[in-house]
Amino acid sequence: MREAMVAVALVWVAASGTAVVLIRDPLSQAFAVGFFGLALATLYLSLQAGDVALSQIVVGAIALPLIVLLTLAKVREKPQ
Amino acid sequence: MSILAYGVVIWLFIVGVYGVVTSRNLIHMALCLTVAQSGTDLLLLEVGYRTGGHAPVFVGLSPHPGPTVDAVMQALALTDVVIGAAVTALLLALAVQVNKRSGTLDPDELWGTRE
Amino acid sequence: MTPRGRLVFFIMAAAGLSVALGIGFSELPSFGAPISAYASLLNHLAPVQRRVTDVVSAVSFDYRGIDTLFEEFILFSAVTGIAVVLRPLSDEVRDLPEDEAPERKVPAPSPAVGLLGVILSPLLVLIAIETITHGQLTPGGGFQGGVILASALYVIYLATGYSTAERFQPTALLEGSDGFGAGGYVVVGLLGLLGGVAFLTNVVGLGHSGNLISGGTIPLLNVVVGIEVAGGFAILGSEFLDQTAVIRPRRK
Repeated sequence: MREAMVAVALVWVAASGTAVVLIRDPLSQAFAVGFFGLALATLYLSLQAGDVALSQIVVGAIALPLIVLLTLAKVREKPQ
Repeated sequence: MSILAYGVVIWLFIVGVYGVVTSRNLIHMALCLTVAQSGTDLLLLEVGYRTGGHAPVFVGLSPHPGPTVDAVMQALALTDVVIGAAVTALLLALAVQVNKRSGTLDPDELWGTRE
Repeated sequence: MTPRGRLVFFIMAAAGLSVALGIGFSELPSFGAPISAYASLLNHLAPVQRRVTDVVSAVSFDYRGIDTLFEEFILFSAVTGIAVVLRPLSDEVRDLPEDEAPERKVPAPSPAVGLLGVILSPLLVLIAIETITHGQLTPGGGFQGGVILASALYVIYLATGYSTAERFQPTALLEGSDGFGAGGYVVVGLLGLLGGVAFLTNVVGLGHSGNLISGGTIPLLNVVVGIEVAGGFAILGSEFLDQTAVIRPRRK
């Protein structure tokens, strides 16, 4: 049962990692990165790594989307 | 199971580097680098995993109820995740300033601005 | 090199790398094999020697404390690098924030989001303090709790506008906490030298396992690292916010 969960999480991580790379538009990619972070946190949790999963959730849900979206807001604004 | 586990590590790394090599946008490149970085974190945790093991937290358990997974690998991967985000932020800050100076985020066009 | 040439070169290099990695990984113990002797020794010893229940904290702040010191300084230098890179350049000026400018372009946030922010932000501070101080008992610790503490500031920005968020982010407080955290780790390590043993030895009293104050210097280091990571990520967020809201090209 546990092995099956690890295997499913591994496949999910590989698929969402591929999706992050293949999506070229940065705004859509920001959402894909959030989804990839969730997949990674699930995989870390099923590998019995609680601290690392907590770090990944906290970083991937809070810090990373914020800075990516602020960067996109900055590079897209029209010059005055 | 070993082939799947280690194969995902190799796949994440190669896919991440492929994204960096064929990228036309600096922000896309920085996020592909996070994919490659998470591959190495995953390798650390996989080496430390023990089938049937439980997490190295002994709250409220009888002493040593069974095999435990490796705590040293988790300590290494833990700081790596947080610092990877800070370094990605540094790359994105550089992308912002490059965009201001040259008006483009395309690395191929940047290379030619010196002519 | 043309993009096509680059892609062909990459495919050849990736094939070679996969083969090399595959051969290398086949020498590793198979997935799920028993863990190394050092790790199982630590799992048996750490709850007894250091009276902590979370072995990962004990490893990262005590047995391998010097590595965490260097990692903390990597974070410190990355944040310093961001603050240097995102400074106002010679042809830019710090202007009024967009929501105070005469021609208002940014819509005001809705009152529902404001209420949610008012409720969430103190909750996040409490959760962060709980995660930082319970680092030696349950999964958690300084790094995770510090980022949660910084997110309380982000939520304030999302719920209100730039001007209100600025009042909660005085530069002196953020930079002071970042520096205090980075230096505090070294000071706690120097306590060992004052005690006549090696740097970063656990010299403070150990306490009972399961209590909040147990593990000697481990809760101290957790708090110090939490302050540093919170200050670092708050500076990071406020630098990016300044770029989008305040720094503009100088009008000719």
